[in-house]
Amino acid sequence: MRSEASFPLKLAAIGGLLFLHLPILLIFLYAFTTEERSFTFPPPGLTTEWFAVAWNRPDIWPALMLSLKVASLSTVLALILGTLIAAAMAGTRFFGREQISLLILLPIALPGVITGISMRSAFSILDIPFSTLTIVLGHATFCIVIVYNNVVARFRRLSGGILEASADLGANSFQTFRHVLLPNLGSALLAGGMLAFALSFDEVIVTTFTAGQQATLPIWMLEELVRPRQRPVTNVVAIVVFIATVLPILIAYFLTRGGSETAGAGK
Amino acid sequence: MSDAILPPRGLADRLTTLFWRHPRLLLTLLLTPPLVWLGVVYLGSLAALLLQSFYSIDEFSGLIVPEFTLKTYGELFRPSNADIIFRTLGMAIAVTIASAIIAFPIAYFAARHAKGGWKAVFYLGIMLPLWSSYLVKVYAWKLILAKEGILTWATEVTHTGWLLDAALSLPGVGGNSLSTSYIGTFLTFTYVWLPFMILPMQAALERVPTSMLEASADLGATARQTFRTVVLPLAMPGIVAGSIFTFSLTLGDYIIPQIIGTSAAFIGMAVYQLQGTAGNLPLAAAFAVVPIVIMLVYLALAKRAGAFDAL
Repeated sequence: MRSEASFPLKLAAIGGLLFLHLPILLIFLYAFTTEERSFTFPPPGLTTEWFAVAWNRPDIWPALMLSLKVASLSTVLALILGTLIAAAMAGTRFFGREQISLLILLPIALPGVITGISMRSAFSILDIPFSTLTIVLGHATFCIVIVYNNVVARFRRLSGGILEASADLGANSFQTFRHVLLPNLGSALLAGGMLAFALSFDEVIVTTFTAGQQATLPIWMLEELVRPRQRPVTNVVAIVVFIATVLPILIAYFLTRGGSETAGAGK
Repeated sequence: MSDAILPPRGLADRLTTLFWRHPRLLLTLLLTPPLVWLGVVYLGSLAALLLQSFYSIDEFSGLIVPEFTLKTYGELFRPSNADIIFRTLGMAIAVTIASAIIAFPIAYFAARHAKGGWKAVFYLGIMLPLWSSYLVKVYAWKLILAKEGILTWATEVTHTGWLLDAALSLPGVGGNSLSTSYIGTFLTFTYVWLPFMILPMQAALERVPTSMLEASADLGATARQTFRTVVLPLAMPGIVAGSIFTFSLTLGDYIIPQIIGTSAAFIGMAVYQLQGTAGNLPLAAAFAVVPIVIMLVYLALAKRAGAFDAL
């Protein structure tokens, strides 16, 4: 029995969805405004000059490059570590399994500020100077769970029979991994990697604690929000960040669509 | 028959045999790198945080004194610091309740009524805002709430400016404009964390068996009674699970109150400012322990409510 939804319910549901999406459109609109000091609505005029201005700003490129570098490194590390845990946790039951699953979840279950200040404390106690590596340390830690969630779901769906069949046919563990396991995990790995990349590219809370004087693109944006210069330029960068996070998410969705473990159901 | 068994050919085969005979060995090999990472980098850092919070700062030199003391925790109870903690708690509670109310119809519709294409629209419609850039979303609300922004314009067009003025003149939560008031902070928090509430709610609602609703109707319950006595109790673990996220995220956030709202500090802001400009790492660490303790209590209560089955 699936009765038709009542009108107020429909209205509240669709209104809620619009509430989630309309604010983003304003970011796009204000990237074209001619007014650079305030957020006057409606914009007094429209122009595309800010895209050229943003392109020529020398401070944006290094920030973008650093963000790409950090996100790529963190994604690779998270892919390796997340897949290893997923492989261990999928088939076997062992002492401490519950504790390990809690440990993986903790970096995103606790507020980001705690991960940030913890790492900041550790760097301070051990006298570790800030570098790209210190940013990656933080990012990879909270990206592990994203990869893990995607890959462990695929492992669960994968019948253990095919691994046994591979062994019965004479393949060793490495051949089984290369020819049976990897092709089956492929899209889950890609989806997990995409989500991890999106999460890292956009991360700002942990980064402010682990970056020192370096600026990733989100940190550049945060500084512009606190001390605005050319406001529409911030919007142009915001559009870039938005697209750089939404595209991987969409790809991850279409990669895993239809399965019981569609990517992104939990962050 | 022994001819049928192939002789070992190389290292890879010998390792395979070893793994087969000792499954624990493979498990250990798989788990060691990630556990070393999480153990050293993450738990090590948390330990450093705890350690740091038991240190104190020398008032004259401004240097950290690495000796065990409870003095830093004592400072949390100073009125100005206690205010920060209660302000943050109040905001977290308000945001959690508001997101639960807004999220419920969306989750309910997505779980029980959306079919085919609509199902995909709702799925992506909830997932995209969940994952898309946090900072971009906060910025969008700065644009919306600005004094000269779209919301003021909308109230002028619809002649409801008095409503906005009334809200802004409310004592305690009002302010000069929405972007410099607690109302603004509250709206932004609610918007940004809303998807975190919808998803677990939706998952819980999807698990409510239709047979139970039919049984309830067969026994003569009205739609309202079915909702109150069947759907809501069964959806409760999902609501509690969602509230873990909204609550924890609000407790720790420091970007939103920094960009939108009064300049009054929240726990996250206190942590950030104390470790940065003030250079008082021990007090920052002690402040960071507060949300951990609150969340541990909250998680213990949520576990009792069965929220973890809904995650």
